[in-house]
Amino acid sequence: MAEPIVLAEGLHKHFGEVHALRGLDLAVPAGTVCGVLGPNGAGKTTAVNILSTLMDPDAGHARIAGLDVVRQADRVRSVIGLTGQYAAVDEKLTGRGNLRMFGRLHHLPRRQVIQRADELLERFDLMEAADRQVRGYSGGMRRRLDLVASLIVRPQVLFLDEPTTGLDPRSRGEIWDCVRELVADGTTVLLTTQYLDEADHLADDIAVVDGGRVIAEGTPDGLKSMIGDRFDVVVEDPGLLSQAAAVLHRLAGAEPTETGENSLSVPSANGAVRVAELVRELDRAGVAVADVSLRRPTLDEVFLRLTDRSAPTDTETDGDAPAGARAADRLKDHA
Amino acid sequence: MTVQSTPVARRTPVTRLRWALADGLVLVGREFSRLRQEPGSLIAALIFPAVMVLLFGYVFGSAIQVPGGGDYRAFLMPGLFAMVTASSVVAVIERVAGDVSRGLMNRFRSMPMSRVAVPFGHTASDLVGGLLSIAIMAVAGLLVGWRASDGLLNALAGFGLLVLMRYALSWVGCFFGLKVPNEQMAQQLTLLVMPVTVLSNAFVPTDGLPGWLRFIAEWNPLSALTAACRELFGNPGTVAGSHAWPVDHPVAATVLWSVGLLVVFVPLSVRSFQRKNR
Repeated sequence: MAEPIVLAEGLHKHFGEVHALRGLDLAVPAGTVCGVLGPNGAGKTTAVNILSTLMDPDAGHARIAGLDVVRQADRVRSVIGLTGQYAAVDEKLTGRGNLRMFGRLHHLPRRQVIQRADELLERFDLMEAADRQVRGYSGGMRRRLDLVASLIVRPQVLFLDEPTTGLDPRSRGEIWDCVRELVADGTTVLLTTQYLDEADHLADDIAVVDGGRVIAEGTPDGLKSMIGDRFDVVVEDPGLLSQAAAVLHRLAGAEPTETGENSLSVPSANGAVRVAELVRELDRAGVAVADVSLRRPTLDEVFLRLTDRSAPTDTETDGDAPAGARAADRLKDHA
Repeated sequence: MTVQSTPVARRTPVTRLRWALADGLVLVGREFSRLRQEPGSLIAALIFPAVMVLLFGYVFGSAIQVPGGGDYRAFLMPGLFAMVTASSVVAVIERVAGDVSRGLMNRFRSMPMSRVAVPFGHTASDLVGGLLSIAIMAVAGLLVGWRASDGLLNALAGFGLLVLMRYALSWVGCFFGLKVPNEQMAQQLTLLVMPVTVLSNAFVPTDGLPGWLRFIAEWNPLSALTAACRELFGNPGTVAGSHAWPVDHPVAATVLWSVGLLVVFVPLSVRSFQRKNR
């Protein structure tokens, strides 16, 4: 099997007392989108900074397209593109001016730079604003320009660090379309995000990062299967919610969560409980049911489960306890 | 998409230098594009030196006696040249800190461009505006009666020293621009530049200052620059004897100061830009 185009093994990085990465492993096959999810401070940006040669790891190593990010940083830079959390473009220049500048800095011939800038402006719907100062662009347009600036020379690997943070839903959708087009062209994308639906829409594989290491990985579907399907139950009388909760707890073997004043959600215990049984038991307890549905968990639920900060084993001081082991324990509990 | 990644050339010292120059020039070109986009701010920046000439020339000029006699505005012009030169620190700090805080520096760092081109490009870009403001100031000076009366060669040497010092100071700005945590801090730092300018022989003779203050003022690099300009432009205010060494040998002192600043701040800035673990 070919080596993954992005490969990180045992990355460690600390800033003073703060351990940003504690042995992060990551493998992204060429031509796929890898979504890196994690709470704030999980180490996502640090990982991207190391992979894009902005930082050196304290320990461990990483290769992009077979090139070492420390020893061959210069060559790595010519195969990657980076779009960070800020729109890293010159506000005082026009959109076209920015693209031409970055093109020149990529050492493309002048004529090709001009042609390429126009091509990208056209393709990503920025031509109308091409000769306006970026200062006057909307947030979505800036991000799009920022993304486009990473594409002047088509990168083999594109790092997108929270590319849609702070954007309205429409602009977000436009960025997603751009990313999909790139992937169709064969670019490998490593995307960090705090929006789970973003990862759900775009990513082929997801790596959940917490405490500086990957605590779970798989396809969005696979991750959802890890925590199993859920029942959503809506009762007619909110006053009977606690009776309903008791029934669900007994059947499913897990504490239901209140999702509204008359609704509950509980893991389905992998098919051990059937809908009919659930309705019958609720009926027997005198709870009138308005709606029962069996559904896949959302990625949010997977994420919250995996990165549950309130879990009793996860205290601030047990820095050395492997977060992966903790998450695995939690998964076992719910399996 | 047809554009492929730049083939990685064999990096001999010569190709490296060529890339560094080419990339640096792209960044200087960026400065020209910015000026073209914002002609208003360019005009404002250029009016400033002219306003200084009028303001200081006529307000202070009405009250201050030039040592050894002579016209205050002729005494003042070298001081104003030095002040405009010192503003380079401010301009470059803000320029560099702005690029850092907007993520542009990280984009540059992640690109296959020359690593030294960024600090060199920023400092060279500052010279674009710097040369323009020196030219405007010279014209304004000529209009209020200032003359460089010691021959063309000396006059050119004087302007050469201004450019040299400006370039040296822009590297000081580059270093601090990379070091300050954010743009607000950069703007606060710039407030320090004013006292440094005033605490010199730029606007008033230092003879009347209390001893310790006079000592600081005479060792201020801007005093050496001002005195050097007075000497080379043949302007009044050059009083011989009983001064600190830099004021008695202003041309040599200015060159030494500039070279010293460059020797310290060029490597510091370049290293700071290339340092990865921020």
